[in-house]
Amino acid sequence: MGNDIFEITVNCVKLIIVFLLMVQAVPVLVWLERRGSAFIQNRFGPNRVGPLGLLQLLADAVKFLFKEEFIPEHGIRFLYYGAPVMALVPATLAFAAIPLGYPLQWDSYIFRIQGFEVNVGIVYVLGASSLAVYSILMAGFGSGNKYSLMGALRATAQVVSYELALGLAIVGAILLYGTFNLTEMVAAQQGSLQFAFMGHAVNLSWLPNWGIFYQPLGAVIFFAATFAESNRLPFDLAEGEAELVAGFHTEYGGFKMLLFFIGEYGHMMVGSALMIVFYLGGYGIPGVTIPELQQWAAGVTSSANAASALVSLITFVSFTVKLAVFMWIFIQVRWTLPRFRYDQLMELGWKTMLPWALGNTILTAIVLYIAKA
Amino acid sequence: MPLGGVLFITIFVIIFGCFLLFVASKLGKRSYDPVKQQTYECGIPAQEKKDTKISVKFYLTAILFIVFDIEIIFMYPWATTFRDFISSGQGLFVLISMMAFILVFIFGLFWEVKSKALDWE
Repeated sequence: MGNDIFEITVNCVKLIIVFLLMVQAVPVLVWLERRGSAFIQNRFGPNRVGPLGLLQLLADAVKFLFKEEFIPEHGIRFLYYGAPVMALVPATLAFAAIPLGYPLQWDSYIFRIQGFEVNVGIVYVLGASSLAVYSILMAGFGSGNKYSLMGALRATAQVVSYELALGLAIVGAILLYGTFNLTEMVAAQQGSLQFAFMGHAVNLSWLPNWGIFYQPLGAVIFFAATFAESNRLPFDLAEGEAELVAGFHTEYGGFKMLLFFIGEYGHMMVGSALMIVFYLGGYGIPGVTIPELQQWAAGVTSSANAASALVSLITFVSFTVKLAVFMWIFIQVRWTLPRFRYDQLMELGWKTMLPWALGNTILTAIVLYIAKA
Repeated sequence: MPLGGVLFITIFVIIFGCFLLFVASKLGKRSYDPVKQQTYECGIPAQEKKDTKISVKFYLTAILFIVFDIEIIFMYPWATTFRDFISSGQGLFVLISMMAFILVFIFGLFWEVKSKALDWE
């Protein structure tokens, strides 16, 4: 019984830490986005508050806190206040299931560097992140404003359309790994690129054994669909300023707006993390296998526990670096590409990405069959 | 544990969000003004009611999404077990049966495109 309470406490604290990890990354990302866009557009960006403007978001948060509370006259109170809170939930739920590092072993206790281990990881993560649609619809309907409603409907139609391409692009990856479990997927991608093709063993020792080399088309479709899923440019038709003001959050301000921001950035982080887990080796480091790392750590530190902790830390840092690279790609794309038109967007989703993802699935299945038989 | 964890973090996040909104609403000053309470409409009084008429295309997209999404979810269990079937020698049968299913999928998509259900003006 005492053991149970210990286990529950550890897991609850871990979940809260994972959530706070996601929330505290948002100010940094917003700062990066503003400084990055300024860099791209040859401006300064925020540079007054703190060194390099790093404390700008702290100042913004304080300002958000002291903003006047306000609800538009036709708003539906429950939906209007429920939407920003709901925006946090899907991203957190999905992010908690992603393995962020190699499990830590302290004596006989195994501590996983992830919120919780779900054995049907992919299905769970896709299901949880689909819930984001509810928050958007609640905001659009609850504001009682036609721009909000139109923006919400556009966003919903866009998110569900690209979810098809996203879901289908993953089928290729599932075929490859033969599992739903995210931890097993990461474990399958360690070491150097080697596979058996029609009885011949192929070994490319200078490349890591990452999914992107088996599934290049799937990776591209998945990544493009991630942009649409998180309503980012070039797919942010839901908030095209010229036509819809700000889309579903037109009537929101102050802290409610900030919660939407956290949800949006959380969604981007989940998309990038999934991309890393499926196609870029998860927390692994290219050129170094986990046993090699463990051996090195055992040589550096004095006890087995400390060595295990060091391995976990290094893998976690590796994952974070990959995540940071992807977040920068998100920002760079946002400030480089122009926006689509709505019919082009839907056409791209249904008539281009869906057939290509389907072709990728068929091709993967046939090649897998030929390679094994 | 996963189920308990999901429940715990959901409740925690909802409480966290509600707490922040509550604190923010107490800290800010309040003043009432009928003009301020109006819904946003580019600087003029709101003309339309909130239940604006909406294109039926959104409804159609949602229906098509449900059909196709379920078809895609059907592929997931097949994709996980396909390798095991190949090693047990039943790979060709499983491959061909899935191709038949995908053919139906492609036919559905083709029919949709043909009937202009996916065209937005």
